[in-house]
Amino acid sequence: MSAQERVFNETLLSVENISLSFGAVKAISDVSFDIKKGEIRAIIGPNGAGKTSMLNCINGFYHPQLGQMVYKGAVRKQMKPHETAANGVARTFQNVALFRGMTTLDNIMTGRNLKINKWKTWLLAAAIFVGPTRDEERVHRAFVEEIIKFLEIEAIRKTPVGRLPYGLQKRVELGRALAAEPELLLLDEPMAGMNLEEKQDMCRFILDVNDEFGTTIALIEHDMGVVMDISDRVVVLDHGSKIADGTPDEVKKNQDVIDAYLGVPH
Amino acid sequence: MVLFAPILDMVDSPEFFIEVIIGGLVAGVMYSLVALGFVLIFKASSVFNFSQGVLALFAALTLVGLMDGTVPILLIDSGFPLPAWAAIIVTGLVMVGLAFLIERIVLRPLVNQDPIILFMSTIGLAFVLEGFGDILWGSEVKALDVGIPTGNFLIGEIQLQVFDMWAAGIAAFMVLVLAVFFQKTRLGRALRAVADDHQAALSVGIPLRNIWIVVWAVAGFVALVAGIMWGSSSGVQFSLSLIALKALPVLILGGFTSVPGAIVGGLIIGVGEKVAEVYWGPMVNGAIENWFAYVLALVFLLFRPQGLFGDKIIERV
Ligand SMILES: Nc1ncnc2c1ncn2[C@@H]1O[C@H](COP(=O)(O)OP(=O)(O)OP(=O)(O)O)[C@@H](O)[C@H]1O
Ligand SMILES: [Mg+2]
Repeated sequence: MSAQERVFNETLLSVENISLSFGAVKAISDVSFDIKKGEIRAIIGPNGAGKTSMLNCINGFYHPQLGQMVYKGAVRKQMKPHETAANGVARTFQNVALFRGMTTLDNIMTGRNLKINKWKTWLLAAAIFVGPTRDEERVHRAFVEEIIKFLEIEAIRKTPVGRLPYGLQKRVELGRALAAEPELLLLDEPMAGMNLEEKQDMCRFILDVNDEFGTTIALIEHDMGVVMDISDRVVVLDHGSKIADGTPDEVKKNQDVIDAYLGVPH
Repeated sequence: MVLFAPILDMVDSPEFFIEVIIGGLVAGVMYSLVALGFVLIFKASSVFNFSQGVLALFAALTLVGLMDGTVPILLIDSGFPLPAWAAIIVTGLVMVGLAFLIERIVLRPLVNQDPIILFMSTIGLAFVLEGFGDILWGSEVKALDVGIPTGNFLIGEIQLQVFDMWAAGIAAFMVLVLAVFFQKTRLGRALRAVADDHQAALSVGIPLRNIWIVVWAVAGFVALVAGIMWGSSSGVQFSLSLIALKALPVLILGGFTSVPGAIVGGLIIGVGEKVAEVYWGPMVNGAIENWFAYVLALVFLLFRPQGLFGDKIIERV
């Protein structure tokens, strides 16, 4: 993919001079970068570099002390996670965070939460499960079935997710994020702990999502081969600071990046 | 051997045995209902809600007050008694309002605190609500009659109470509605999602605060139904809030996080204590009903601490 460099013009999210600390721990210091609409943007860096913290800032779990986010052309006020979700941001988690008591189907259906008309399903109508509520459910159920087919998880549709192997759990989690039809999809190490075959499947799904739905994707990944293969641009963090930003090829040759990964002190 | 003699009695007079079982099931459905209120709140917020019983008392007091046309606080007759159906609706709205207040005043300031702190805050809430109920509606015992038919009838040799059948029917309907609500609706899924993983729930756009209001409102409705049932059969008074104490063994039996557990646990305890009381009670001069549930719960704690349906308790080391 990186071979035929794709060009993107419109900026979806621009992260500007973000700093975040937890007491004395500086998780992110003065980091800026942007994510273009339609691209696959990788965020890489050694352990503890601040990658997950960055995603948490973007989706509103953390609120950086300094800096601002410009999202879809407007400075974004501090948002809670459910508000960023309503604004088109969906995500997966580094340690799979599924609704363990639910089936695959219900997990993905829950990801559809914001798309389901609140008023048609409100309290009593919902409880008694009459006409409009049922129709509403049916429409969304059909959409969820599409996702299930897309991710090739038909066989585990009714399985409680707690019983699934790790690789499949990650896939269900991706499905739950997709159910929201996000504009910006954040993936925190979507391939961690997977075997080669599972990784290849996941790569294919990520590329297909990007390709077919035009979804913008920001992903954290430790497997350099994967990063170089599927991402359009890469931002590199180390000890909370940005040390490089560019195409996979540029980043690969960058001396600071090589040093950071080899653990050269600075 | 004398311990087994009652089993012969059961076989000897099966009609009477069935009557006892049905009596137990009816009481059990009521226990289930109260326990459900606990489970709802515990699942969604890991808060053990000590005030569930007082919530039922408060709902019953409000209902009686509205039906009698009492002016709150002044306790004089307003001359506008509400019919039962209107009073039930208004009380339902009051319970929703209460849920809003509880979220705003009690839960929100304590967000991210230890469960034990939240537990203690619900103890405080129980006292406040109890006092508040007294101030609003007075503290004397009140009769509640929402028009549930009474009397008894016979099926073959078995004598049944009409009121009991209604009570059980309504409670069972309530449980069914809740089950459908939980399994099949957007809001129900959102509630389960919050119960399973707060962060993931937030990330799919479920605001925790609204969910807390919803669970407390639903727990309020459940309390209202429980308050109507218990209030109708034994009067609306402080002791009504003590039914919550019976819910505790039900929860231990069924598991704190399981809706089916609350139902089955309630039925087992209801039937168990009735059967024990009627057949074995005379040997120990009665009153088995008072302690049977707790002993059963203790046995469960020893052998299956997560309850019949609860999630396995795994301690990390
Ligand atoms: N909630 C928190 N409270 C305190 N410190 C935190 C918190 N979240 C992150 N940190 C700290 O911020 C720094 C960056 O952590 P972060 O999880 O963002 O790293 P990462 O790049 O995702 O690492 P990894 O590759 O191991 O996932 C670490 O020092 C971490 O301990
Ligand atoms: Mg991380």
